[in-house]
Amino acid sequence: MKLNDTLRFSFKTLTSYRTRSFLIILAMALGVAAVIVLTALGDGARRYVVNQFASIGTNLIIVLPGRAETAGSFPGAVMGQTPRDLTLEDARWVGRLAEVRRYAPLNVGAAELSAAGRLREVTVMGTTAEIFPIRHMRLAQGDFLSAASAGSAQIVLGAAIAQEFFPDGHVLGQRVRLSDRRFTVTGVLAAQGQTMGFNSDEVVIIPVRQAQALFNTNSLFRLLIEARHRGEIEEAKQAIRETLIRRHDGEDDVTVITQDAVLATFDRILRALTLGVAGIAVISLAVAGILVMNVMLVAVSQRTAEIGLLKAIGTPATVIRRVFLAEAAWLSLTGALLGFVLGHIGSLMLRLAYPLLPAWPPYWANFAAIFVAVLTGVLAGLLPATRAARLDPVQALSKR
Amino acid sequence: MIQLSDISRVFQMGDQAVHALDHIDLEINSGEYVSIMGPSGSGKSTLLNVIGLLDRPNSGQYLLDGRNVTDLSETEQAQVRREKIGFIFQSFHLVPRLTAAENIELPLILTGMPPSERKLRVQETLDAFDLGNRAQHRPAELSGGQRQRVAIARATILRPTALLADEPTGNLDHRIGSEVMALLENLNQVGTTLIVVTHDRELGVRAHRRLGMRDGKIAADEK
Ligand SMILES: Nc1ncnc2c1ncn2[C@@H]1O[C@H](COP(=O)(O)OP(=O)(O)OP(=O)(O)O)[C@@H](O)[C@H]1O
Ligand SMILES: [Mg+2]
Repeated sequence: MKLNDTLRFSFKTLTSYRTRSFLIILAMALGVAAVIVLTALGDGARRYVVNQFASIGTNLIIVLPGRAETAGSFPGAVMGQTPRDLTLEDARWVGRLAEVRRYAPLNVGAAELSAAGRLREVTVMGTTAEIFPIRHMRLAQGDFLSAASAGSAQIVLGAAIAQEFFPDGHVLGQRVRLSDRRFTVTGVLAAQGQTMGFNSDEVVIIPVRQAQALFNTNSLFRLLIEARHRGEIEEAKQAIRETLIRRHDGEDDVTVITQDAVLATFDRILRALTLGVAGIAVISLAVAGILVMNVMLVAVSQRTAEIGLLKAIGTPATVIRRVFLAEAAWLSLTGALLGFVLGHIGSLMLRLAYPLLPAWPPYWANFAAIFVAVLTGVLAGLLPATRAARLDPVQALSKR
Repeated sequence: MIQLSDISRVFQMGDQAVHALDHIDLEINSGEYVSIMGPSGSGKSTLLNVIGLLDRPNSGQYLLDGRNVTDLSETEQAQVRREKIGFIFQSFHLVPRLTAAENIELPLILTGMPPSERKLRVQETLDAFDLGNRAQHRPAELSGGQRQRVAIARATILRPTALLADEPTGNLDHRIGSEVMALLENLNQVGTTLIVVTHDRELGVRAHRRLGMRDGKIAADEK
């Protein structure tokens, strides 16, 4: 029997047993759709994070005091003791490097903000005006630390805080208290919402010296640096480290991380996550495979007389086996293609429902889902097909 | 030419051995018309199955057209069946989901014949068996006589040397059964060996050679 005759013959069988075929195809399709939708979700999350990183600048280098314990991991989590402070003077030296375009020292803490009869705790960032270009933040009104007034007691309010304390919109020039210190409002941040788990609408910004006095510290929390060129990030990182080691008497006691490194870590974690959910979804494909096997076994016993007839007219066992395998292949292939379409409709609906989430399945997931579906289908067809091929013709013919 | 020598077929039923064929010696020449009669369980179907290579004897030797086919592999036997044997059954054994034309086409597909040629051959055969206007009907939409005609058309489309019919009229009324027998006899007239198992004495005596079976043995052989 020629291949295309085999395929046509088995295809005709599928169309003759409509309900049966439909149910199997549906089971297969749901398995494939699950793989595609879940990987779209996983990969969408990964892309979302990557995009978020990109939105806070890609030339970013971050210096923090202390050595990270484990290379490659996210250093903030495993900060050891700080043997030596990272000072404003250190920051100034780093700022003089040729590879550095701009830098912003950063101190962070919490303090009580009171004004206009209201009181609440806010996150305080002590920094310089350079923070705005580096973190891609913008001022909606006023300014911050223009050269003439550097170091004076001025404060920029996050959009939400400004709205809360001064709902009438008269914000600039107002006097506020942060703990027991007085500040004059010189600016309001443009509303930006959440980026990287940090809500810039809910912070206040004061000059870094004021912050160090407020929190009674000499050490910076972070030093944010923007490299001059994206291609020079490694060189910049090296130069920064050397400068700081020299200033710290040869002690390598700071951690310099690039955003690329952090990004790579997140990327790795989320890719693994995607693979994990894909693996879980593949289980549903295996279940569909078992269904195919079951239905094919039923088909063999239902069509026993027909198999006997095929043998009587001289069909070799190998051909009978091929016919049943082709049937299983059709079932799983049709199911896989239907599942592919369903999966992409599902991903589309995810994207419509959560526009921020770029829920596209990765390319490999498309191929893997279809390949695994057809493979399990054919493997599941192997046993029933072999059973059909081995039937004794006389007994098969006598079965009604 | 069919030559069976000392053929036995034994079925083991628990600890009891049933000798369905008990040391059978039989020669049937090409072009003969043979009927096989005998009581139920005497081994008629088993004999036909052995001749048609659907069943293997436990002992003895079977020569078909001079070739020893006793110990052929399954695949080789399938090929011999395809080329030399046509089976006709009491219950027709049509594939229910295929049309009359598609049922008749089945043996041609097995040979790998190209579709255009198949179509031609099927049409010829449909016409020859007066089934031209039933080509697209499924078995369920055909009468018993028509079904058996489709089955005969399918069995003969590859021009086998021997037609083996196991009670071909068993499910048909007398008149239609007679017509079907006439059809088979026509095929015999043009040279096909015809072996018919039947319970119907009236039909059985129409054969040129009549075998009587009893307890797995050939008890009578009249010409
Ligand atoms: N697969 C089998 N297993 C066990 N015994 C069998 C089998 N096939 C046939 N037999 C036995 O072999 C003997 C001959 O059977 P066979 O079918 O050849 O009889 P038959 O002459 O065709 O009968 P009938 O006229 O009823 O069709 C019977 O006793 C039957 O019970
Ligand atoms: Mg019988």
